[in-house]
Amino acid sequence: MEIQEKNAVRTPKRTNEITVGFGGAAGDGIDKSGNTLAKVINRLGLYAISYNSYQSLIRGGYTMLKLRISERKEACFGDHFNVLLAMNQDSIERHAPEVEPNGIVIFNSNKISCDQSLLQENVRAVALPFNEVTAGMGNLLPIMQNTMALGALLYVANIELETLNNVLADIFKHKGEKVIEQNIKVAEAGYNYAKQNFNSAKIDISWKFTRIAKPFYSGNTALALGAVAGGLKLYAAYPMSPASNILHWLVQHSEKCGVLVKQAEDEIAVVNIAIGAGYAGVRSMCATSGGGFALMTEAVGEAAMLETPVVIVNVMRGGPSTGLPTKTEQGDLNQAMGASQGDFPRVIMAAKSTTDCFHIAGEALNIAEQFQLPVIILSDLLLGENYETIEPGSWSHDVEIKRGELIREVPESMEKKDGFKRYLFTSSGVSPRPVIGSEGMVYVAATDDHDEDGVLISDVFTNTAVRRKINEKRMLKMDGVLKELEPPALEGPADAEVTLIGWGSTWGVIREAVEQLREGGVAVNQLHFKYLLPFHTKEALEILNKCKTTIVVELNSTGQFARHLRAETGFSCTETILKYDGEPFEPRMITNRTKSILSKEPLDLRVTEKEARDIAYHYIRVHLKDKLRPVQVVQNSKNGYSEPVWVLDLVDRTSGDLKGQLTVGVETGSTHKWDEFS
Amino acid sequence: MSTMDSTLEKESKTREVVVDPDWCAGCGDFGVLRSLKKATTDKELKPHQMLLISGIGCSSNLVGFIYAYGVHSLHGRALPVATGAKLANHNLKVVITGGDGDGYGIGIGHFIHAMRRNLDLTYIVMDNEIYGLTTGQASPTTAEGHKTKTTPRGNVEMPINPLALAISTGATFVARGFAGQPAQLTSLIEQGIAHKGFALIDVFSPCVTYNKINTYSWFKERVYKLEDEEPDADITDFSYAMTKAMEFGSRIPIGLMYKIEKPTYEDTEPVLLNGPLVDQPLGIKKELFDELLTATT
Repeated sequence: MEIQEKNAVRTPKRTNEITVGFGGAAGDGIDKSGNTLAKVINRLGLYAISYNSYQSLIRGGYTMLKLRISERKEACFGDHFNVLLAMNQDSIERHAPEVEPNGIVIFNSNKISCDQSLLQENVRAVALPFNEVTAGMGNLLPIMQNTMALGALLYVANIELETLNNVLADIFKHKGEKVIEQNIKVAEAGYNYAKQNFNSAKIDISWKFTRIAKPFYSGNTALALGAVAGGLKLYAAYPMSPASNILHWLVQHSEKCGVLVKQAEDEIAVVNIAIGAGYAGVRSMCATSGGGFALMTEAVGEAAMLETPVVIVNVMRGGPSTGLPTKTEQGDLNQAMGASQGDFPRVIMAAKSTTDCFHIAGEALNIAEQFQLPVIILSDLLLGENYETIEPGSWSHDVEIKRGELIREVPESMEKKDGFKRYLFTSSGVSPRPVIGSEGMVYVAATDDHDEDGVLISDVFTNTAVRRKINEKRMLKMDGVLKELEPPALEGPADAEVTLIGWGSTWGVIREAVEQLREGGVAVNQLHFKYLLPFHTKEALEILNKCKTTIVVELNSTGQFARHLRAETGFSCTETILKYDGEPFEPRMITNRTKSILSKEPLDLRVTEKEARDIAYHYIRVHLKDKLRPVQVVQNSKNGYSEPVWVLDLVDRTSGDLKGQLTVGVETGSTHKWDEFS
Repeated sequence: MSTMDSTLEKESKTREVVVDPDWCAGCGDFGVLRSLKKATTDKELKPHQMLLISGIGCSSNLVGFIYAYGVHSLHGRALPVATGAKLANHNLKVVITGGDGDGYGIGIGHFIHAMRRNLDLTYIVMDNEIYGLTTGQASPTTAEGHKTKTTPRGNVEMPINPLALAISTGATFVARGFAGQPAQLTSLIEQGIAHKGFALIDVFSPCVTYNKINTYSWFKERVYKLEDEEPDADITDFSYAMTKAMEFGSRIPIGLMYKIEKPTYEDTEPVLLNGPLVDQPLGIKKELFDELLTATT
């Protein structure tokens, strides 16, 4: 796609920061190394933000974990790349070309090699031979090459070794002194080897370490903690990526936090367990991803009909169907909007950052209970699974808990009435809701439509007047909800030339794109939506009517939010910037496409050279046993395929001998032909 | 005291409610309702301490005809709703009612897993071997060869044996009742509710409108009471229970065939040691919160 490639600009760095990447096979311990480095960063008082691009394989797949290290809190993982720690050949071939000028590629030369032709100008590839560096240290596990590489990385990134030693001591505490000592020795060896050999490759950066240690959370763990602080008492789930670590975190802390965690047989059971608990009077939540949410669908309407609070979290991944289990997308907005039959009140909100994942949990639990209805939280893999440093003071244990009309005793006003009116018609639509087990308020909650007392009106008692009023009573609650939610606000100058509009997890990346555009002389502002239903139609329109060029930026292929915005306001945005390839936006993609929209360039969906390489890598993996790699790529318009094609020379990975040519369609992306040379 | 108040008081004592059942005259479910009321009225158990949960179907309508807290939930989903409510407040006596289609058809996954968990729940299934509310289609317990609206050449699918399934899957109390034997049924329900663990009571509850084969007289000719004929049997014995569960032909046993003692799920859940969830404090203490934050650095 053009937005990733054309006019690629790299903005000057505004602050001390570097981005390092760990590339290797799943099972190489990439995430552990990333976590170790992040701990070092957090203890020094710097900020880290990670992005882990991985596959749905426990071992053998390919993993690339990037960590952006900065002196300030960054809004997203950015688009710089300064140091690559390559654990396998694949990561060199795929990612070494992305390392920026003055950057470094560090690799274990006992195992892999780095072809200089892959590197941009002024990028140094430095060999770190594990066997030589750790000579005399006895038999070491292969995974310890990571520790050695971390040591070397700290030297080139001008970060002290001592903190790494402390972190290693903590991490391996449970394994005893000997293991700690061994790890520290290996780290030191890597550091010292770099000091002796990579001096000229050292990055020119000097850090201010405040040494104020900061928490390091992912969106999922933040959401779990926020829910606990927000009064969660029961959590139910069925394992599903990328929502599972909410379950794991809550199980781990269940007893201490007083939250009962129930893994159930499927998502239908999960949501109904949560609804049963909500009905009885405890705060309940469940989380899943799109496929699991599809199974929960019928129960969304059930919760609304029973007027029972429940919070359902959908940590979105690439759809449809099984889709992309380990890739991110904002593709389930329509699904959340349309889940369950009939008209009923539901609230949909989307977390805008990792920090916000904490806050949104408490808000959702409050809204669900105050208004006795289902609340859907949309998060996604990018937010959910990736960790970042949290600014101290962003979160407090003291989350306000609003329980609305939950009662344990019969209200005075109802005492002399004819039975307990659970669904009493009120001006707010909200009726008193007893904790089940309370005396004097016995009632039946039914999914058939019913009257104020809960008596069915669905069959023999059908009554059009009662049906109309109970329907209106339920929907009335949406007015009350809207008043509780903060309206959207414009960030940046009101008179900007272009407004970037987003929802949910893209807040940070759009914010950084806005900064890049401003530095490039474009007058731009940002309008972001966290609360999607009910919708702040009036407030949104007031802002939108004053905007000039409006661009909706979202991570799906049909512009689901742009359509929702149009439905709720009648406002059609000028353009959309959409991405649906499984990877999240990087700021420059938004920056570049915004510029091309402003200069009226049409969207170009032809396969780029980089994408042709990606297609070739896929072909090589599936058909050529991973033995070749693409080198030269040329475009050829005269051929027998009724479209221009990319012709890629594939060479043997070890010998470099030309083995054949792969032909890939520029329009269709089809691999037309593999021409193997004899 | 006003008339309204006395109505309420009467309801709470007799478990009668203003709404009359909408079942066909002669439906077996009337018998089950009567037995359930009898088994729970004038006991220590107050109406507000009891929670009835059902799915969808003729028999699931039962929760609206008895004075207790109730949830008339989704088709097949009564057990998960009951699980959530029980975990939220394990002081409640939770009874689930429904039919064979609801429990053994659309809800069978939940049925199996609820039994594995051995929560302290009582599950009464009004088994009429047919889909009644949807006008007479084959159900998971419809006999082989039985001609229904959807099996005009006779049912070719093997019926589910809920009792054998329950015994082999973790239920700790397994019984069969018959709507035509109300005294025994009342006693089975009483025992099932008193049992600490998952109790299944599968009840032959004839559908007088859509099942012309498994009628009252069909059952009457076949059923015999276990407590009468085999009073000394060891109902903790798995093999005995399975033999009785599989007996289905010219003679069909009714009564309690399996009962063992096992810790319930609630007993083993550490969070519930501090009392019912619904009475526990909300939120998090500052010390623990700070500890969770610093643990990540």
